[in-house]
Amino acid sequence: MLNSNTSSQRHSETLLLWLLRGLALISGAILLLILFFLIWEAIPLLQQVGLSRFFTDASWHPASNEFNLAPMLAGTLLLTVASVLIATPLGILSAVFCHYYAPPAIAQPYRRLIELLAGIPSVVYGFWGLVVLVPLINRIHPPGPSLLAGTLILTLIILPTIALVADASLASVPPEYVKGAAALGLGRWAMIRGVVLPAARSGLITGAILETGRAIGETMAVLMVCGNVVQVPHSLFDPVRTLTANIALEMAYAVDNHRAALFVSGLVLMGLIALLVAIAEVLNRGQYD
Amino acid sequence: MKKLRTLLPLSIGLATCFWLQSCNSSPKAANQTATSAQSKLVLTGSSTVAPLATEMAKRYESEHPGVRIDVQSGGSSRGIADARQGVADIGMVSRALKENEKDLQAFAIAKDGVSVILNQANPVQQLSDQQIVEIYTKKITNWQAVGGKDAPITVVNKAEGRSTLELFAHYFKLETKDIKSDVVIGDNEQGIKTVAGNPHAIGYVSIGSAEYGATHGTPIKLLPVEGVAASIANVASEKFPISRPLNLVTKTAPTGLQKDFIEFARSPGVQNIVKQQYFVPATQ
Repeated sequence: MLNSNTSSQRHSETLLLWLLRGLALISGAILLLILFFLIWEAIPLLQQVGLSRFFTDASWHPASNEFNLAPMLAGTLLLTVASVLIATPLGILSAVFCHYYAPPAIAQPYRRLIELLAGIPSVVYGFWGLVVLVPLINRIHPPGPSLLAGTLILTLIILPTIALVADASLASVPPEYVKGAAALGLGRWAMIRGVVLPAARSGLITGAILETGRAIGETMAVLMVCGNVVQVPHSLFDPVRTLTANIALEMAYAVDNHRAALFVSGLVLMGLIALLVAIAEVLNRGQYD
Repeated sequence: MKKLRTLLPLSIGLATCFWLQSCNSSPKAANQTATSAQSKLVLTGSSTVAPLATEMAKRYESEHPGVRIDVQSGGSSRGIADARQGVADIGMVSRALKENEKDLQAFAIAKDGVSVILNQANPVQQLSDQQIVEIYTKKITNWQAVGGKDAPITVVNKAEGRSTLELFAHYFKLETKDIKSDVVIGDNEQGIKTVAGNPHAIGYVSIGSAEYGATHGTPIKLLPVEGVAASIANVASEKFPISRPLNLVTKTAPTGLQKDFIEFARSPGVQNIVKQQYFVPATQ
């Protein structure tokens, strides 16, 4: 609004403005289309059995009209929360190390290493988990494929995300803050805890949201190491099935109601992500109040 | 509105695109097959049949330049549905047709069995049908009860809807709901990896994949059923009780390229492909 005068004077800027508006519109439309498609595919079943049965049915046997998604929702949430709880402090501390403790000769290669870690396809982690980690856990406590295996693999997968975003947000803390803290005579750790981390808060939250999104959406690796039994786990060693793994396992074989039920799984996943984004919005806003 | 939801228009469009493309790239080849009015064939269905059909399609394509055969896996149910709706020219189904599927035409191209597999380190050499049922319903949960070590049994099951599960459950007269498992797997390979990595696991997979794995160093062993060794040879001679035909299905009597490919897939010339994939040729 401020530069509406100047933009009317300059043609190129008007062009850019409309181009950007158009692109933004397309992005929004794509999201709405996806949502519309999900609802479109799920609605016949939702009308037929109602939403509540997806949480009150005896079990998940879509071929015989039982559609309980609750164990899979529990599996998804437990896996996500556990891996985010482990990965977030690790990632943030790794970034702190990189910025304030490591000598430059180590910091740079270390950063590249983390970037490399982010580039490895998750199915590779999953395969490693299946042939190495799962047999290992099986020796401690059978059966092996479990919530624990999934949590460890997921932590590995999302760690680079939070580490890199935290790294970037630490880098963007104004140097005056650091100098000011040093002038006050604060020790290195006191400065990091009292000045740097609060200043980078918004970036860190963004990182946490990004890794959580990745954790919720991860499919192949989780499918390979979690055992995929539809149940609410009672211990770390119990197998679980996530919503994503559920779709991947059964989509190829699903027809009619079964297929629609998988689209309901997709809708629930979408709802989870929307909730996550809403939480992030509230957290980030709280900072300026 | 319902038309919107079918993939028919899309697949026709795609098929046309590919057809036009093949015309552009090799006009000569297109002329050769112009009489068959169609130079592209779409096969969808069973993930057990798909690798076999892919190999057959490759050889067919090399013998008939200009013909493109597209093989997509996705389960026997999809093979049935796609063939019925006309989305695919040929459906692939890894079992005999059910009563309500008799409107389709089935052509067996090979046979396969389902074998119960254990880790090689497991001392148990055989299990009765009753023992297998009790293991899969968690009435027996320790290997000691069937003559093995004192260790909990890890029951590996297939995901709902898979034809291997249907065949297994049908033979042992189990309801899929009654099966209580510790691990649920997708394809055969994942099942073999899971049992190979866990000395206390029991699973069941397609006999072709199992025998291939066992003879190529994967630490698994195949259990006999009713005293009959689980082997390709015993499936061929129809001694092995848990077996199934691998079918190509069509909506109506096959014509043109469709018919030609089905005849090709059943001909003695492709039996070496069937054997390579550890299946049993159907024409034996």
